[in-house]
Amino acid sequence: MRAALVALAIACGVSSAALLAQAGAELRFGGDAEGGAPFMEADPNDTSRVVGFEVDIAALLAAGLGRTPRFVQVGFSSLDPAVERGDFDIGLSGIEDNPGRRARLAVTVPYYEFREVLTVRRADVARFRSLADLRGRRVATLGATQAVETLERARAEHGVEPVIYEDDVHPYTDLAVGRVDAVLLDAVLAERGVRRNPALANQSTDMGVGHYVGILAPREAALRDRADALLRAAMRDGRLQAIFTRWGMWNEDQPRLYERVLAQAPGESGVPGGPPPPTAETAAAATLRYLPALFRAALITLALSCLSMVLAVVSGMIIATGRVYGGAVLRAALTSWVELLRGTPLLLQLFVLYFGLEAFVQLPAIVAAVLGLGLNYGAYESEIYRGALQAVPPGQLEAARTLGFTDWQALRLVRGPQAFKFALAPMTNDFVALLKDSSLVSMITVVELTKQTQILAANVGSWFLPGLVCAAMYLALSLPLARVARRLERRWGAGIHA
Amino acid sequence: MSALAVRDLQVGRGGRAVVQGVSFEAQPGELLALMGASGSGKTTILRAIAGLEPLAAGTIELGPSDAGLVRLGPGPLPRGAALRRLYARVGMVFQFHNLFAHLSAVHNVWLAPVHVRGEARDAAERTAHRLLEELGVGGRAEARPHELSGGEAQRVAIARALAMDPPVLLLDEPTASLDPERRADLARTVRTLVSGGRTVLAATHDAEFVRGCADRVLLLEAGRIASEALAEGGE
Repeated sequence: MRAALVALAIACGVSSAALLAQAGAELRFGGDAEGGAPFMEADPNDTSRVVGFEVDIAALLAAGLGRTPRFVQVGFSSLDPAVERGDFDIGLSGIEDNPGRRARLAVTVPYYEFREVLTVRRADVARFRSLADLRGRRVATLGATQAVETLERARAEHGVEPVIYEDDVHPYTDLAVGRVDAVLLDAVLAERGVRRNPALANQSTDMGVGHYVGILAPREAALRDRADALLRAAMRDGRLQAIFTRWGMWNEDQPRLYERVLAQAPGESGVPGGPPPPTAETAAAATLRYLPALFRAALITLALSCLSMVLAVVSGMIIATGRVYGGAVLRAALTSWVELLRGTPLLLQLFVLYFGLEAFVQLPAIVAAVLGLGLNYGAYESEIYRGALQAVPPGQLEAARTLGFTDWQALRLVRGPQAFKFALAPMTNDFVALLKDSSLVSMITVVELTKQTQILAANVGSWFLPGLVCAAMYLALSLPLARVARRLERRWGAGIHA
Repeated sequence: MSALAVRDLQVGRGGRAVVQGVSFEAQPGELLALMGASGSGKTTILRAIAGLEPLAAGTIELGPSDAGLVRLGPGPLPRGAALRRLYARVGMVFQFHNLFAHLSAVHNVWLAPVHVRGEARDAAERTAHRLLEELGVGGRAEARPHELSGGEAQRVAIARALAMDPPVLLLDEPTASLDPERRADLARTVRTLVSGGRTVLAATHDAEFVRGCADRVLLLEAGRIASEALAEGGE
């Protein structure tokens, strides 16, 4: 037995070592294929492969390091924590250089310079030339980019309303249909957005520049230095130019950037030649700076949850009443509706409401969010109310009948109020769940508490402090609710027993 | 003319006749007791008269009154206007009272006059308080049903039925939850109602109660009337 255990331990050790050796021979590069071309996208001929300039750069680095490149899919806004945790060796995904990243991670030399570009509808070219022209207007961008910071500053300076998307396609489609009035993103995405939406135009106003870099965990400084050396070599011998030319991205800004990078001493980092970068602020200072935005987002979460819950309660009551009192056809229709909403993901329902129905009706994001959450939770509420209605003792209904109440009066005056008390506890439960599920609506551009925290976390580069503040705010919203519900149960529930 | 006439009543449940061929009449100002073992059909007869059980055969007539006769026959249970006409004639007090659990005693009493008969709430509340006083539970007007004793709940349930002023009152096992002292009180209350011209039909096991206040007794066996007798307590 003992010998067998020893053998097993050795076997495990050997296979772990083999795995480690294999991992060492790979260069795992992380990116978000949802970013699409020219960054990276699934190869149309073989969807298990990705193609794009970032993939080419990964191949260039892997070849220089004598390793095999292997792609690791990670959501764009999670790239920083993922590389820190060691999910991959280097992140290459149109990742922007900024002081926060430099403070937390090992960052490569910049290998591409982009300009931020303001995109508007062609009809608005003359009136929306800069952010100052967009006071009170909705301006879209992609989360976790420096454009978010630019728009947050513009909110304070010019009163624009930033709208944060989780992808870089819908800002432009929503601009075309009129949901937002401008998009601020880097030139690569802006060119693509205008190509796909002929009704849009890019302004030539100077909105600032930025740089793409590779990111590594701080402990991988040695690997970063080797990657820097390889990138510098590729700048010198034209291989980077070849890559960007192939993807239609080469322009006169790049030779100037490369000149500055090559003039830097090896091991020196930062954006060469540009204006001095602002110093990275501490997590506490950034959290403090974001507090008003977090409070505003908490209010949105609360308002959104309350409105959705009202819709959920009303639709749940209608469905439950129909299922208890209705004929066979109505019952079957309502059962199908409930199963449809309970059997498909809430996120999918939100996407369909907001993006899927775009061609027929352009719901404002907050309306789509309330509708999606309210109708989804209404399906669950209806099951609670149906059970609660059926839990009211039949004797109560017979008494109502012998006093001459119609079915509707008996429901309104006797059965409904008693059922409501049975339903109160599970309803409270659902409201707390809805409060937390409301974070899903950030996927359709509503900046609620979790999304605002995500923006802060991306800025700070850590979820620790922002996560604690966010959790405290959710608790501050949900705990009083639970107390109120318990008080109501005590006051109304006395003497009611199923 | 009788206040209540039941003719060839048949009520089935689960393919089995639980009441068959039952006929009787009750006059205004009469207390008629239905006695018999458990399962003999007493409660089913009350429930059929109260429009809670569909009739398999036979008729039930409630009247006369200014608004005309109400007749129940085989078919679906009455709804809408027919339901309202029926409950203008008959009120029911259940064995377990079935007071609305979420409302106070007095609210139980005024709810139907306001919502079914359209009375003004103030007037209906005054009447409810008066009825509760008359039945000896005026001090419990604001109590919730779960705070009432069996006897108190019984009286509130009677007040609730009386608030609709039905000429015929059905009592199902009215003494089941009462101690002997309360039973005597109830007998006096019921006699007062009857002497005011109301017809009371009580389903009961309680021979003492029947002796104390019934005018006539129908003895049921297996869903049929086995015998009929005048009771001692009738006036």
